[in-house]
Amino acid sequence: MNEASPRLYTALLCRYGELFLKSGNRHQFELQLERNLRRTLRDIPGATLTTPHGRLVVRSAPEAFDDMEARVRKVFGLVSVSPVACPPTELQAIIDTGLRVAQAAVAANPSLARSFKVQTKRAVKTFEHRSYDINCAVADRIIRTTGIPVDVHNPTLTVGIEISKGGSFVFAEVLPAPGGLPVGSAGRALTLLSGGIDSPVAAYLAAKRGMAIEGIYFHSPPFVGHKTLDKVISLARVLRAWNAMDVVWVIPFTEVQQRIREVCRPDLSVVLYRRMMMRIADRLADRVKADALVTGETLSQVASQTVRNMGTIEAAAKHLVLRPLLTYDKVETIELARRIGTFDLSTLPYDDCCSLFMPPNPATGARPADALKSEEKLDVDALAQEAADAAERVIP
Amino acid sequence: MVYLDNAASTPLAPAALHAFAATAQEHFANPSSSHALGAAAARALAGARADVARLLRADAQSIIFTSGGTEANALAVLGVTRLRKQTRIVVSAIEHASVLRTVERLQGEGFAPVFVGPGANGVVDAQELLAHVDANTSLVVLMLANNELGTLQPVDAVARMCKQLPRPPHVHVDAIAAAPFVRLDVAALGVDSLALSAHKLHGPKGVGACWLRKGVRLAPLWHGGGQEGGLRQGTENLAGAVSFGKACAAIAADLHEASTRVAALRDSFEQAALSAIPHLATTIPAGTARAAHISSLRLARLPAEPLLHALQARGVCAAAGSACASKSNGQSHVLAAIGVDRSDAVLRFSLSRLTTQADIDCAVDALALAVAEIRQVVHAPSAWSVR
Repeated sequence: MNEASPRLYTALLCRYGELFLKSGNRHQFELQLERNLRRTLRDIPGATLTTPHGRLVVRSAPEAFDDMEARVRKVFGLVSVSPVACPPTELQAIIDTGLRVAQAAVAANPSLARSFKVQTKRAVKTFEHRSYDINCAVADRIIRTTGIPVDVHNPTLTVGIEISKGGSFVFAEVLPAPGGLPVGSAGRALTLLSGGIDSPVAAYLAAKRGMAIEGIYFHSPPFVGHKTLDKVISLARVLRAWNAMDVVWVIPFTEVQQRIREVCRPDLSVVLYRRMMMRIADRLADRVKADALVTGETLSQVASQTVRNMGTIEAAAKHLVLRPLLTYDKVETIELARRIGTFDLSTLPYDDCCSLFMPPNPATGARPADALKSEEKLDVDALAQEAADAAERVIP
Repeated sequence: MVYLDNAASTPLAPAALHAFAATAQEHFANPSSSHALGAAAARALAGARADVARLLRADAQSIIFTSGGTEANALAVLGVTRLRKQTRIVVSAIEHASVLRTVERLQGEGFAPVFVGPGANGVVDAQELLAHVDANTSLVVLMLANNELGTLQPVDAVARMCKQLPRPPHVHVDAIAAAPFVRLDVAALGVDSLALSAHKLHGPKGVGACWLRKGVRLAPLWHGGGQEGGLRQGTENLAGAVSFGKACAAIAADLHEASTRVAALRDSFEQAALSAIPHLATTIPAGTARAAHISSLRLARLPAEPLLHALQARGVCAAAGSACASKSNGQSHVLAAIGVDRSDAVLRFSLSRLTTQADIDCAVDALALAVAEIRQVVHAPSAWSVR
């Protein structure tokens, strides 16, 4: 719509979920959302942020408006955004702008011209006109000029007007934003990241519920090559646009796999690798003050993800392990990965030679006691500490 | 960094780089324009054509510039078959994908391709290939040097025998891998068309050429402004072509000397590697005729990709002839054709005129360490039953 009349819309009105506002944490929630928005917009030319009652309003230099809109629509905690025109808080200016907004909306999408209504919210009661009077005045002008009939029950076009201390806003479009909670409002988690489809989606979902996410990737050179590491960093970059991945910790994992392969029961090796990943992630979580570990595991998707194996893997972890995808079908995960923008990267063919460390018949029912017995020949703490100490921090 | 992947691409020669920049800046006009600047651009293009032709000992008018080797092969394969009624196509099974995939596509259009496999030495037998050529054959394709093994193919013999047939087929040769080190003479080869790629011989990417024997008709792949004799239409990549020409001139200037020197380096590499690394073997038997710059080595029961990464970690860039158990790549069709076991690693080391003895020494050391590292894991004593 802003293409049709670029100077009409000069700001973006952002709405956040009403449900959370009743809790005692409302203020903190709002501050976090505001911080996140500022961070998202920090390199947008001319970006400003104001906070009229119950709303966030962002502005940018005109040429950066589309970029700003795309970024804002990836901020968790926002439920919708509207490009808005900002007339002075005077009745005549609001009427004129209401007409221009209606005309611009119909010009961009003629099918909206079947019926309309005007919906005013007046958050500042010092403005002398009541909402109903404003609705009537604006609608009257639109009918006279365009001939579009009013339908207050099922309009194809709704002209929204909000009048607040921070200014007046007129809009015709309400674009969905991702919802959820502001990142950083629900603690911090380390997400075990592979180059696959699932783990980036798990990171996204945890971030959507307000967790600040750092990634941890277990790299096994020379059995896994540069291109796989590049792929993981590219995935993290996509997540970063959602504020769902700040850094990636790259952990050298070859020695751990070699040691397990040398001395442990082959059928347990996959479970043992993952138990070591948990131990290493635990240590790193302490270091970065993370409260939980997040994995992309899905119940019974592969041999290591049976409920019994998951229990045995989790038994090695001290932190809470969260599995946002536990009950997802693969098609659901893929659908979400496409929406997030990670799917095409995840399916790039850099499989390398990981099959080298995969046993022909992995156990599906490993018990903690089996794992512990097999680990007797390993110095698990020293191995985990060494790997965690060697973590390399990468900004995606 | 020791770069031994010159069969994949080569560094740009200084003269080619300079020519590229100078031409792009100076000759921005369209060679088809009739004003003075256009005429100057056309002269530069003619000069490039002559430079490329000299490498082939060919007539400049018979060079068609393309976007690269793939297009040069596709132009010959599709251009010839579209104008001929005969439906049989005889190609070697070890051609580059640009030939094989194009020929396979023609199969869906009513053509009957025959793929002739090589012997265990990576060389296609001329007589065996000829046995498949009949009066209904429109096209024969054989590469001069195989890009994975370096083995030289009997192109001249095949071409000569084809010419003796009552209805001789068109004979196309892919000389892309051979060009940097094999003396090319289109008359002596006796072929009808030949493909070249600039970036395999220290020229830029995005340009190649198809030489076409005078009098041979070809259908263009698409239509346009009539450039390149109507066979490759679209405004010419002038800077690329001039740069390609300079690269060809540089190659031609020292072909014999460079070929001898690089072959000696390659032989010393193989000798040192074979004596330093247990159970290492050459992929093809000693004594097989091959281009000077390609060495293919084989290691039984090892995955190739980790070896490459381990080499890379020691500063050596090479290529895998086979891609271990990687789902995406599968085994190379060339290695499958000569009967290499899927579980074996085949590594390709390809040299250039810039390769030094120090590079070779470094590569041998790196390879020995890489093989030891991967073997230690893969063949480690463990309870594992696999590998």
